[in-house]
Amino acid sequence: MKGYAGKYLRVDLTEGKITSERLEEEVARKFLGGYGLVAWTLYNEVQEDADPLSPENVVCLWSGPVAGTPVPVSSKYAMGARSPLTGFIGFGIASGGVGSELKAAGWDGIVITGKASEPSYIYVQNGKAEIRNANHLWGKTTWETEDLIREELCDDEIRVSSIGPSGEKMNRLANITNDRNRQIGRCGIGAVMGSKNLKAIAIRGTGSVEVADLDSLLEFCLELHQRCRGPATEKYRILGTPANVLVHNRIGCLPTMNFQKGTFDQAEAVSGETMLKTMVKKIVACPACEIACDHINVVKEGPWKGTVASMDYESLEMLGPNCGVSDLNAITKAVELCDTLGVDTISAGATVSWAMEAYEKGFLTKEDTDGLDLRFGNGEALVEAVRRMCLREGNLGELLADGAARAAEKVGNGTEKFAIVNKKMEWGAYSMRSLQTATLGFATSVRGACYLRSGSYQVDVKGTVDRYHLDRSRGKIVSDGENLYAIIDSLIICKFTRGIYKSNDEMARVIRLVTGFDVDAEEMIKIGERIHNQAKLFNVRFGASRKDDYPPPRAFEEKMYDDVSDGAVIDRDEYEEALSGYYEARRWNEEGIPTKALLEELGLDTTLGV
Amino acid sequence: MEQKRIIVCDTDKCTGCEVCEYICSIFKERKINWSKARIRHVRIEPTFDIALACRKCEEPLCEKACPRDAITIEADGSIKIDEDKCNGCGWCIEACNFGALKLDWEKKCAIVCDFCAELDQPKCVQYCPFEALEFTTLDQVGHEAGKKAFLRIIEELTP
Repeated sequence: MKGYAGKYLRVDLTEGKITSERLEEEVARKFLGGYGLVAWTLYNEVQEDADPLSPENVVCLWSGPVAGTPVPVSSKYAMGARSPLTGFIGFGIASGGVGSELKAAGWDGIVITGKASEPSYIYVQNGKAEIRNANHLWGKTTWETEDLIREELCDDEIRVSSIGPSGEKMNRLANITNDRNRQIGRCGIGAVMGSKNLKAIAIRGTGSVEVADLDSLLEFCLELHQRCRGPATEKYRILGTPANVLVHNRIGCLPTMNFQKGTFDQAEAVSGETMLKTMVKKIVACPACEIACDHINVVKEGPWKGTVASMDYESLEMLGPNCGVSDLNAITKAVELCDTLGVDTISAGATVSWAMEAYEKGFLTKEDTDGLDLRFGNGEALVEAVRRMCLREGNLGELLADGAARAAEKVGNGTEKFAIVNKKMEWGAYSMRSLQTATLGFATSVRGACYLRSGSYQVDVKGTVDRYHLDRSRGKIVSDGENLYAIIDSLIICKFTRGIYKSNDEMARVIRLVTGFDVDAEEMIKIGERIHNQAKLFNVRFGASRKDDYPPPRAFEEKMYDDVSDGAVIDRDEYEEALSGYYEARRWNEEGIPTKALLEELGLDTTLGV
Repeated sequence: MEQKRIIVCDTDKCTGCEVCEYICSIFKERKINWSKARIRHVRIEPTFDIALACRKCEEPLCEKACPRDAITIEADGSIKIDEDKCNGCGWCIEACNFGALKLDWEKKCAIVCDFCAELDQPKCVQYCPFEALEFTTLDQVGHEAGKKAFLRIIEELTP
């Protein structure tokens, strides 16, 4: 079995014990890596009564078979746990060099159980690992933690995944940061690390990465590298993902003022074009990446002068237009706070935008906001609200720290209706009513509202379907997208490289050249289907059913009001039909539960099937 | 006299992708192992990247520092390390001002860029995705800088 180290670490924080376990070839063939092995680990190890923030939860980190190889943008890793935000499967994928470094150290993954008696971090090296004291790191930002660990261990090339103060305080939006600007952002996995007294995972490896056919792989990769410099990735290279701001604004799907509108009258001021001209100091790449999408902003003047943050579309949109904010300096500062203190930018943006709407409508008073004038468009209030939320400071910080859904539950009075969430996870930066296939994908996503599970927004944005209506056929679009994206997230390769593969068979060829597994395109998609069903089964264990697969009330009950998508709303009957179409495409029953026959066909445990 | 060609890195173009390190280890060692690359990426947060290899110094400190005479200078100015003589003491690494040498932990021997001597240009230069690396002479680097400065003036003066 090539492409894998063939073993993973098991760390019991309660006992302070570390052991090495074999990664069996059968498991690798069935679940590949990344997302697949996260779903496999969590399904097998997290029991029904495991509270997400208790020692009984399991947090795991997996690379994939291509990590450490020259396959474009392949240095990624995945982390997962039962999510304290959704209660369902929680996982995230991050770039940077953690995945490749882990492989070079001779490990495919790390499975972490229990809870350490005091702040700790795990240090993984070639063929070994240890638990180290982290008392001196507790309270530090993620950037400080990276620097301090490298200094302490005298090695600048150590990769560090760490939590900030938000993770320590178990904020349910807490993320994990590595290489300064890359995050396991969503689902609150950082809070799970915090609940285990686990401040960081530090990794350093100097071994070689073995592949099945080095010569053919190199030849193919050099061709793929060329394609990475071509039209398929041009958008990411020049403007980065913020290129989407003006594109989405033009077609009325740029969430604005807490998803009330789909256009922002100051979109020009926060566009990728303006940002490149006025803010971007440097464009950087992850290891083995020929695209370089990461745009580093530096604030040049004003109260936040000197602030540095990596800016992508989602962060920019959710903390910008969706909060009505058009000041790029304020948005950059808010992103920096999220990254260093340790909160997911998407959820932070959606939670603050909920609070702004509640404040403007009188459901939150100045007493609730500790004096903050939390109007839409107030950049200073945005920065301050984000800071307090990250640190659980004052009434407002405590209210917002666990996300929009829980804040709305506390405030009540109908504010629940405009908490834009699915499965209690905040919606990403795609408008609900003017991108309805996307909405079906977001709402059925196993980890809660998410644009990365199926990419179903693409048919809407490209105009291949009527994006203001839904029908039964959209279910298959979402389902097919999920199967392919499950492979991308398990290999793991960057989604920005999806366009460089001319066919699914080219992607399967990468699997063959790296692992030696005899996998063709058809079997590859089957693996994707298996992985997705394994993740779904985890959710079924925790009570998931049809009721969890809907967008929030705003999508059905309120019409959009803007120049482009005026009057757009989701028809409830159409949604029900599309949702049933999705379950049919997935071969699940009308309640969204996999059938025993399907699970047997996929080689999965049939206990929870119907 | 023929000018020495070295690998220079345009730090504005370098993104820190480390493709040079991957490529180097594959072509030099037939292994995917960036810790064995003869070129080294260095990042100074938050916004500076560079890739560094041997500078072909006039009077190489690495050669002087070697206690076992394992280092010799080739006609083109590149450094040659005799693997039989080198015992991996690392004095050459300490002596070099550019971090151009590394220790191969498995071979217990110092390694350094040979500029892919058998080829027209080093593989890292050929495959740098961002065209940040160039195999050129210092004189040419200066000439190019002069051309760039002159072009800026021309553009400003042209109506």
